[in-house]
Amino acid sequence: MRKLFQEFLKGIIKENPTFILVLGLCPTLAVSVSLTNGIGMGIAATFVLLGSNMIIAMIKNIVPDRIRIPCFIVVIATFVTTVEMAMKAYSPALDRALGIYVPLIVVNCMVLGRAEAYARKNSVLNSLFDGLGMGAGFTLALMLISGIREILGSGKIFGLSIAKGFEPVFVLGMPSGALLVIGLLLGFFNILKNRKSKI
Amino acid sequence: MRNNLIVSASPHLHKNESVSKIMWMVVISLIPAGIAGVFIFGVSALWVIALGVISAVATEVILQALTKRKISILDGSAVITGILLAYNLPPHVPFWIPVIGSIFSIAIGKQIFGGLGQNIFNPALVGRVFLMASWPKYMTTFTQPLNYDAITSATPLAAIREGKILEHISYLDLFLGKRGGCIGEVCILALLLGALFLFSRGYISWHIPVTYIATVAAFTFIFSPQGFFKGDWLFHVLSGGLILGAFFMATDYVTSPLTYKGQVIFGFGCGIITAVIRLWGGYPEGVSYAILMMNAAAPIIDRFTRSQVYGRK
Repeated sequence: MRKLFQEFLKGIIKENPTFILVLGLCPTLAVSVSLTNGIGMGIAATFVLLGSNMIIAMIKNIVPDRIRIPCFIVVIATFVTTVEMAMKAYSPALDRALGIYVPLIVVNCMVLGRAEAYARKNSVLNSLFDGLGMGAGFTLALMLISGIREILGSGKIFGLSIAKGFEPVFVLGMPSGALLVIGLLLGFFNILKNRKSKI
Repeated sequence: MRNNLIVSASPHLHKNESVSKIMWMVVISLIPAGIAGVFIFGVSALWVIALGVISAVATEVILQALTKRKISILDGSAVITGILLAYNLPPHVPFWIPVIGSIFSIAIGKQIFGGLGQNIFNPALVGRVFLMASWPKYMTTFTQPLNYDAITSATPLAAIREGKILEHISYLDLFLGKRGGCIGEVCILALLLGALFLFSRGYISWHIPVTYIATVAAFTFIFSPQGFFKGDWLFHVLSGGLILGAFFMATDYVTSPLTYKGQVIFGFGCGIITAVIRLWGGYPEGVSYAILMMNAAAPIIDRFTRSQVYGRK
């Protein structure tokens, strides 16, 4: 149980998909304009990761090595389609806000990366916790980025204004702002990592 | 110690120059434009300049202390960044605009890359573009010259962009700085005085500024809204931030090419981009974007214009 918990925990800090592995930056850059979008995207990706990791860990011995990538993509695409349909049905506003980036989870390197690097070599239960941890790490990273961008970039939080006299930093709401925020956060996490490895 | 060890190809000449001496000379050469700006726009321009310089120097000290590096504010480079940023701001911006701009210039534009000599982009322009993208309302509100009540007015370039005809502004007005605009860019006479000083001391070469200005002049003359070869090129040379940018920002040692051939290419590129933005772009003025884009291209220009070793065929 303790080991499973560690599998879950490593995705959040030690192997955070966004800040340490630097995977899946495309949706991170594009949808992190507001906290609602960030959380929505995080949950969608977590669901896909969880499902695909589990199924791929189950079928890992049946799939021939040579054609494993197309097989994994089919599995991932199934879950992405499910998420997209569910989102369209129950939360059309979020679906409109995230747009093309939900179907694009299919080619998200984080999902395929975990399938290749982890689920293909580990047991179903371990893969499940790995997917959960990676998804949680991704969601938290998205929340951090989109929180900074929404609060500073538009002076709002979950769409509600916070302070009256505050003049929002308009650029942070634009794509260049996403690059700026992610770059600074990556640098910050690298400093933390280096400091830790020195001790 | 690290800064005193210079490895370079022969011949070696000794010259009584240092980085900090050149930097302070550039500061001196910028003073006339500042005095002219304060005279034209009133005392609030002086506050903008002072706030820009103080916060640039303070940011440099704080960041160097935090990262435990040698504190190098005496070399004057942070002072130049603060001055140039303030010169690129309208005279009546709220007090926090130059402060945030300077902090961003020094922190993101310079220190993150490792300090003086390591930055890819001109720090002052990085700050200005950040301010422009974040608070366009303040960055495009200009005030009338020689009228200390802060009545807003458009810059000549913005007026041309909106299709208005400028009858009450003569070339002499533009040359002396009697127009709306940023603090340091309006008085061409003062800028040229400073530039002449730098030329006479040999701190800048003619290659970048002359090719830059000539390209803008030629391009705006050939492609004008009235038809080919009918453009008002003198107006384009004298308005906007072209003179300030060409002499003081495009010539930044760190972010421009090393060889004369490269510098000519650099100036030409700056000129083309500036003219294209002015004539067809989304903004009335494009000097800062042009210089930043060419800054990004400077390393590759350097690679293709490497000088031949003497004696080698």
